[in-house]
Amino acid sequence: MRAAGPMQAKKRYLMLMLLSSGACFVLLLCFGGDPAARQGRVNRRAVRGSPRGGRPRDRAQPWPRFSDPLQRFAPAAPAGDRLETEEEEERSRRRHAQPDGDASAGARCSMDSCFDFSACARSRSGFKVYVYPRHKGEKISESYQNVLSAIEGSRFYTADPAEACLFVLSLDTLDRDQLSPQYVHNLKTKVQSQPLWNGGRNHLVFNLYSGTWPDYAEDLGFDAGRAMVAKASVGTEKFRPNFDVSIPLFSREHPRTGGERGSLRCNTIPPFRKYTLVFKGKRYLTGIGSDTRNALYHIHNAEDMVLLTTCKHGKDWQRHKDERCDWDNAEYDRYDYKEMLHNSTFCLVPRGRRLGSFRFLEALQAACIPVVLSNGWELPFSEIMDWNMAAVIGDERLLLQIPSIVRTIRPEKILALRQQTQFLWEAYFSSVEKIVLTTLEIVRDRVLRHASRSSLMWNRLPGGLFALPQYSTYLGDFPFYYAQLGTRPERRFTAVIHVVTPLVSQSQPILKLLAAVSRSQYCAQILILWNCNRPLPPKHRWPPTAVPVTVLEGHGKVMSSRFLPYDTIATDAVLSLDEDTVLSTTEVDFAFTVWLSFPERIVGYPARSHYWDANKERWGYTSKWTNDYSMVLTGAALYHKYYHYLYTHYLPASLKSMVDQLVNCEDILMNFLVSAVTRLPPIKVTQKKQYKETMMGQTSRASRWADPDHFAQRQTCMNKFAGWFGSMPLVHSQMRLDPVLFKDQVSILRKKYRDIERP
Amino acid sequence: MSALWRSSERAAAACVRALGGPAAKWLSRIVGFSMCASVKYGSRGPALIPRMKTKHRVYYIALFSVVLLGLIATGAFQFWPHSIESAAEWSVDRRSVHDAPLVRLPANSPIPERGDLSCRMHTCFNVYSCGYNPKNRIKVYIYPLQRYVDELGTPISSTGLSREYNELLSAISDSDFYTDDVSRACLLVPSIDVLNQNSLRVRETAQALAMLPRWDRGTNHLLFNMLPGGPPDYNTALDVPRDKALLAGGGFSTWTYRQGYDVSIPVYSPLSAEVDLPERPPGPRRYFILSSQTALHREYRGELERLKEENGEAVLLLDKCSNLSQGAVSSRKRCYKSQVFDYPQILQESSFCVVLRGARLGQAILSDVLQAGCVPVILADSYILPFSEVLDWKRASVVIPEDKLPEIYTILKGIPHRQVEEMQRQARWFWDAYFRSMKAIGLTTLQIINDRIYPYAARSYEQWNNPPVVQWSSVNSPLFLPLIPPRSPGFTAVVLTYDRVESLFRVITEISKVPSLAKLLVVWNNQNKSPPEESLWPKINVPLKVVRTKENKLSNRFFPYDEIETEAVLAIDDDIIMLTSDELQFGYEVWREFPDRLVGYPGRLHLWDHEMGKWKYESEWTNEVSMVLTGAAFYHKYFNYLYTYKMPGDIKNWVDAHMNCEDIAMNFLVANITGKAPIKVTPRKKFKCPECTAIDGLSLDQTHMVERSECINKFASVFGTMPLKVVEHRADPVLYKDDFPEKLKSFPNIGSL
Repeated sequence: MRAAGPMQAKKRYLMLMLLSSGACFVLLLCFGGDPAARQGRVNRRAVRGSPRGGRPRDRAQPWPRFSDPLQRFAPAAPAGDRLETEEEEERSRRRHAQPDGDASAGARCSMDSCFDFSACARSRSGFKVYVYPRHKGEKISESYQNVLSAIEGSRFYTADPAEACLFVLSLDTLDRDQLSPQYVHNLKTKVQSQPLWNGGRNHLVFNLYSGTWPDYAEDLGFDAGRAMVAKASVGTEKFRPNFDVSIPLFSREHPRTGGERGSLRCNTIPPFRKYTLVFKGKRYLTGIGSDTRNALYHIHNAEDMVLLTTCKHGKDWQRHKDERCDWDNAEYDRYDYKEMLHNSTFCLVPRGRRLGSFRFLEALQAACIPVVLSNGWELPFSEIMDWNMAAVIGDERLLLQIPSIVRTIRPEKILALRQQTQFLWEAYFSSVEKIVLTTLEIVRDRVLRHASRSSLMWNRLPGGLFALPQYSTYLGDFPFYYAQLGTRPERRFTAVIHVVTPLVSQSQPILKLLAAVSRSQYCAQILILWNCNRPLPPKHRWPPTAVPVTVLEGHGKVMSSRFLPYDTIATDAVLSLDEDTVLSTTEVDFAFTVWLSFPERIVGYPARSHYWDANKERWGYTSKWTNDYSMVLTGAALYHKYYHYLYTHYLPASLKSMVDQLVNCEDILMNFLVSAVTRLPPIKVTQKKQYKETMMGQTSRASRWADPDHFAQRQTCMNKFAGWFGSMPLVHSQMRLDPVLFKDQVSILRKKYRDIERP
Repeated sequence: MSALWRSSERAAAACVRALGGPAAKWLSRIVGFSMCASVKYGSRGPALIPRMKTKHRVYYIALFSVVLLGLIATGAFQFWPHSIESAAEWSVDRRSVHDAPLVRLPANSPIPERGDLSCRMHTCFNVYSCGYNPKNRIKVYIYPLQRYVDELGTPISSTGLSREYNELLSAISDSDFYTDDVSRACLLVPSIDVLNQNSLRVRETAQALAMLPRWDRGTNHLLFNMLPGGPPDYNTALDVPRDKALLAGGGFSTWTYRQGYDVSIPVYSPLSAEVDLPERPPGPRRYFILSSQTALHREYRGELERLKEENGEAVLLLDKCSNLSQGAVSSRKRCYKSQVFDYPQILQESSFCVVLRGARLGQAILSDVLQAGCVPVILADSYILPFSEVLDWKRASVVIPEDKLPEIYTILKGIPHRQVEEMQRQARWFWDAYFRSMKAIGLTTLQIINDRIYPYAARSYEQWNNPPVVQWSSVNSPLFLPLIPPRSPGFTAVVLTYDRVESLFRVITEISKVPSLAKLLVVWNNQNKSPPEESLWPKINVPLKVVRTKENKLSNRFFPYDEIETEAVLAIDDDIIMLTSDELQFGYEVWREFPDRLVGYPGRLHLWDHEMGKWKYESEWTNEVSMVLTGAAFYHKYFNYLYTYKMPGDIKNWVDAHMNCEDIAMNFLVANITGKAPIKVTPRKKFKCPECTAIDGLSLDQTHMVERSECINKFASVFGTMPLKVVEHRADPVLYKDDFPEKLKSFPNIGSL
């Protein structure tokens, strides 16, 4: 303690100083007064003395409280503005429709003035897209080829221009940079000569690059007129909101379908990576877009902020080089772009010559939160995407503030931003197909505005491409938004029993099944889907049940009809059953309580697995007993009604007809679909008897399970499906959910689901 | 010293606001200063004062008091008269607009350029004047009121300052956007009222704007206008030339609206203040579609009448009343033939209310309709909906092209019931939050501009769009991305221990057999005893770290130690020796599938005790689970961070003080933020459960249960809700108890007692 002596003395002096200086200050205050306050006092007096002294002052009073009776800003007419004269009345009706034939009309287009909605009423779905036939000898870049085939593969495609509502040129408009080898000449005349062009009305033009050195004006080289332009690097001034679409710049190597997954594998805490902010790219010494990149060195600190530029690009860089170039170039070579990308929390995405850059998508995929510095850039899909959830939007003018801004972002916000980059990347950007489909869906939402997605559907999992507003515009009708709405799924289900054999005896399994399911406390109704070629049995042949039973004739008696979104299904949950399924009421009850916790997944009993067969280089299917699974059979499974809709309307006809022809694989396809949406495995719950395995061989009928081709077909299906989805969506799980006291050594009377473990 | 000074000033300012007078201001300056000084002391006090010699202390205190008293006295004498005078001025708060200085505009006074349609924030807005500030809040300056007249002395506006604009400016002035220092202002609001273009002289108003001392071509100036245009053209934006000024306008069309620069605002309805319409719960209404606008174009009225003919009672088509009894306010009545209805009350009787364009696009009736909780059906092509930059109108309204007016019945019938109910609730919420007063409209506008300038601190979609009831019940999990983390990083086991070394060593040896264990962290919670020497610890294959804590607190177990490098944490007590390696490894595998949940072994339940009317804790053999004990549980390290820094209320301290219930608190925390139940893994086994340790007799056990129940009730009241979710399942390996060779199972050794 003695050692602290001098310290104490020091502190004492310090305190003395503090005190005395404090006293001085107080004195100063009293006698000198705060100059500003004084002035304020004087000013106030001055105002009182001469009310007309309208001399501008630097400090003003807060807004005063006036005692006068003030007039209203508008007369209290019943409506804001009465129509008094005929003339005004005329003006109140569609005054804003612009006159046709006006050459400059395109510049200020909006959906109301430049789009012909009546064209969309011609088809039932209300939104069909036509692609012009491709002419031989017309060179089309690979990227544009991908764009066109994505449209042709989509459910919006029509080959009939008469029912189309949107038209897409087969002329390659992606690269409109005159210096580019991809540049298509004479596009102007070619476009004008298109038979259905009609001034561009109802056309959608895709473009990645426009304008060229030195001004990079956003010039397409032809008049798009009333056509909507889906364009990358678009500036806000030229952008026609709610008419054009801003798309991301993607490279020639961008995959057509599927696409790579985001690179985030885990949510580390603390979320900070090795670097805070990185950039590595060209520096333009002069000309458009050079300002920001020229100034980046100000915030470079070679530690957590690594901003590297190189002057070495172009033919004559030596000619323009400045005094920093050599040092910059040396520093530039010390770091690896990929390494920095994956090890930084934030990635700077400054404008280049154009407003957008590849860097934006690269950062997004690498879970490196983009810090956008590109004033006037209309961000990709800005119409529907809330970029504040996934990126930091900076201002080029405030470059020097960027370090402090990114440093003040809290860890939990970083976690959220980072996860959102991954969601957006995988939902909308990872393939050309997704970018194109998103563009089409945005236009569709404008056309059918009363049945369009809310912002929540776009910006929350699973994203707008999987949440179809045609199904419902109410968020609670989907399996994805219960948590956001603070609601829960309904505690009832509809059983849909798929029947293919005629009803001949009273001991058929279906009758037992009917009885067992109808006894479930959660069962609201039973739907029997009669896919048998014999006529419907008379009503009395069905046993009496506590819940209503509806018998439906299957549509075309095909497999896919079991997944049609029947209006009769009045509940959120569907229990899909094969006629030969053996289930007890307890098993159904338990599975349903599990589903309530996982409404977005398939919850079922018998499970199957997939694996990668390295020898044959294809996916394999196995029904063996394994320690994990990735599918549950839909012959006995619970899932949300919405998946019926998705199966029917989202999947392409090619896959569905394959299922119908094979009379097989419908369950695999459903599992692919649900896992593609949720990116999660299904859930297997416990079951008393071994289903199917025991059934096989027992039934005398020609069960499809007994067919030796059956298995081979399923293998083929898997590979076909994986091809369409662009990747393998299935995910493995190693667990099964059992009742809490399952097989525990406790009196069976204590157990709620005791029937499940009775032999 | 300067920092000190600033804070004293702030304290003083706070006092002034509370006392409201210059006298108090001076006094509080002094007091504030001394207060601040003592605060400064306070932080060092315990270390400094007690060690000082008593004599000195007395001396200093005496000296300081004398100085202080003297100063107060001097101050009081010196400034007393002024203070009284000023106070008088402050109390005469009410002033007259006629006192405002008169400004005569010369006829040749310059006129600003017309509005520039290409203006955007990055081109026309001077962001430097907003600057970087830690609060991320813009500062707004209001010009003092002046009365403008032309050379002949005629005022430039027929209404002068309107009641609404006055309300708007007062609201801004009272908000924390306001600054009285023009040099610090980011946004400048003229006191020239341009809400209604019809009541002003366009040219002279423009001249008046140009005369504003900081006009600078309108840069960073914000004008509020609700009724733009005028006969016969009815332009959709204010016709007053305004150069670069931002316009908060009430009737923008796509042609005049500069997206990302202008702000589309509602047209204020005076009925908002006059009529009190209590909120009606969402649900079906007597009418399906209601049209109550009086000044409709005859073609529209014709189409509506046809709609009425086709659908009868479901459609109600109102017009102004032709023969009202005397004294009735015509604006508050509507008629269908001879039937008279009260307006706006009648709006509450319909599910949908038609809002058709008039000569202008923006209609005050939109506000009435929202207030009534009626879903607006908006037919006004190219209209930019109010605050559309942040509000999701798809969830509160139906927008239909004007051409489709004849089809609205079919279109509206196609909307699901529950959607209609949500829209009704949403509509009312929009009115409540953003339409109900000029204050709401004004501050929302400023907030939108604020969000543009500080986008990284912008309010979220949920904050803008979710009504309080949804805000309260909805959950957005912080780990929302469906990720199944790779197995390879493994997990970090955190063992909390006090002094049971032998048991601890056994636990360490057992856990070290688990394949995915990456690191072992022993939290040594005993300050009186050092952990055993390094050589005595069991030899294991993974790194073992011992953390010594400063205090014996339960929350030490949930601290986000830097040593934990993996996402997954296994919290385990130093007496849990009965879990097999298979069970632990399987628990980790299950956690990988549910990284946002607690995955644990012993499960517990909360129950509502009807007799006592409170929550009860249950550990018996139950069929349900709502908690897992953290004596053996996997969870994400993020929850450590939340437990330590974001635990609501005083729960963390309460747990530390009571030395109990840290596990219940963790269960509450995780369930509350994710909205999900925990996962219990593997069958029940005989745990020498953490809550049974040192408890032998039945009576003790009962006390324990009572304590745990108290915890639940305490936490439920702090959280304001019961976040725990009850489930009836647990996770087992796929082949658990299946008739299958044990040696082929991944996790054969499960459930042994």
